[in-house]
Amino acid sequence: MRHHSKLIFTLLALVLAVAPLVAYPIFVTKLLCFALFASAFNLLFGQAGLLSFGHALFFGGAAYVTGYALKAWGWNTEWAVLLGMAFATTAGLIVGLVSIRRQGIYFAMITLALAQMFYFFCVNAPFTGGDDGISAIPRRPIFGVIDISDDRTLYYVVAVTFFLSFALIYRIIHSPYGQVLRAIRDNEQRAISLGYPVDQYKLIAFVISAAFAGLAGALKVLVFRLATLVDVGWGNSGEVILMTLVGGIGTVFGPLVGAGFILTMQSYLQGYAQWVPVMQGFVFVVMVVMLPKGVVGEFMVRIFKVQPAAVK
Amino acid sequence: MTDIFGIPLPALMGQLTLGLINGAFYAVLSLGLTVIFGMLRVINFTHGAQFTLGAFGAWMLLNYFKIPYWVSLVIMPLVMAVLGALVERLLLKRLYEMNHLFQLLLTFGLAQMIEGTLAVVYGSSGKPYDNPMPGGVDLGFMFLPYYRGWVVVASLSACLVTWWAIERTRLGAYLRASTDNPELVRTFGIPVPHLMTMTYAFGVALAALAGVLAGPIDQVKPSMGSGLIITVFAVVVIGGVGSIMGSIVTGFALGLLESLTKVYYPPASSVVIFLVMAIVILAKPTGLFGRQP
Repeated sequence: MRHHSKLIFTLLALVLAVAPLVAYPIFVTKLLCFALFASAFNLLFGQAGLLSFGHALFFGGAAYVTGYALKAWGWNTEWAVLLGMAFATTAGLIVGLVSIRRQGIYFAMITLALAQMFYFFCVNAPFTGGDDGISAIPRRPIFGVIDISDDRTLYYVVAVTFFLSFALIYRIIHSPYGQVLRAIRDNEQRAISLGYPVDQYKLIAFVISAAFAGLAGALKVLVFRLATLVDVGWGNSGEVILMTLVGGIGTVFGPLVGAGFILTMQSYLQGYAQWVPVMQGFVFVVMVVMLPKGVVGEFMVRIFKVQPAAVK
Repeated sequence: MTDIFGIPLPALMGQLTLGLINGAFYAVLSLGLTVIFGMLRVINFTHGAQFTLGAFGAWMLLNYFKIPYWVSLVIMPLVMAVLGALVERLLLKRLYEMNHLFQLLLTFGLAQMIEGTLAVVYGSSGKPYDNPMPGGVDLGFMFLPYYRGWVVVASLSACLVTWWAIERTRLGAYLRASTDNPELVRTFGIPVPHLMTMTYAFGVALAALAGVLAGPIDQVKPSMGSGLIITVFAVVVIGGVGSIMGSIVTGFALGLLESLTKVYYPPASSVVIFLVMAIVILAKPTGLFGRQP
């Protein structure tokens, strides 16, 4: 697919450019935040084979940090977002160091437990605002000139950020580092026997994934001007997994498709909010049993006869 | 009236009793998870929802059919065992060839469906379940409610019966052998797939039993399983997989540790188990009693 990449990215740029004209700006901005979140998650799960059940820690933690910096410290937008991302990166390093020691199922359970620990911390910490969260977070002009109080302008700022981040993730996937990561995913013992420092590779993937998840959370705070406990809860971790699963684990565009699908489904179920968990659970079950490669994955297998870099 | 490190004895003993009860639930639930994981290599995320279903089932039996607690205690685990067997047969079996992480995702999805449906039908607030053994005994240094004593006794019995069944019976031997080398055991003519279904059903029954026990203690609400199960995951990681006795001991010990923390350093009480988990992972990744990595 490499030679098609210029075409694909041009198409993506076009879609991003016209999106706010056909859909609510806030909705598509939210979509991009979660697409970035899912892409970050997919980098870890699809490429490295590590299922993190606690990614909400990075997303929500960065959201809190950015929100607090904006509201309580009066920071400029660009620095607050960077701070949130820095938090997520550091947290990724710490969580990664603890979790990488175990594999597979244990890794998932440990990340879940650590994220839950962070959740309890956020419940009790004074600066998170507890159940109310941090609200009315200001949207200051970026670099002092770009006024993002207008939803449409904010969309384009987020779209550019998303496009650049996505391109970077794409570049990481299609690189020698990405190759080694996939080799580790497919046969760790062999990778070790070939002399690769497997734990380092996995840790780096974890930290990068956490950093982008944090960026997504920080951007989300700009969109909704709100940071709450929901952002750090295990439901949020589960949701990003669902988005990636629906879209296609290990595919590049799967997370975007998955995020779009899930968020659209949620907005259609607006009036029936209590049914959302049931529907999502149902989608989980159906996807795992019938379409484990996800929408994009199955599409690639059936139409292009290409096996996506899927989890075996 | 003596004081232990500044806390009056009755208060301390009261908290320790609570800790023992929480520990009892941790033990039974982590035992169920360990048994299922040992045999099927599946982390049954649905365990929490099956626990909740046990409690709701008992509540429904009481409120719709006037069936008392003691009957529910027997019926619910059996009913849930059958449902569990169905889940294993129809859903889990298809996924054994795939990456085990997909089974985790399946059980996660099932848990969401179950809890979501309960929340839709019954709302998210709790339903009370009357205490079937009101009153208690005054031991001088503390007051022990009868029901709480019963919960500890029942859980301990369930754990010990499970331990005995797995470690000391022929069926248990088949189970353990199938865990180590399913192909070889099948050549002996032992129906390994049936054993797997049975094991899953048994694990679910344990969860449901814990659910029925939990009903009278606190209210019955749809979310009662999910918070608990995440803590139980931490317990399983701490105890390590592969040891039945290990998960029982760890469960009770962590329950007591949690309550001691609540007494002497309350802010850390909700996270102390996770902290212990982080320490154990760094020091002994396979867990305190873990045998295989």
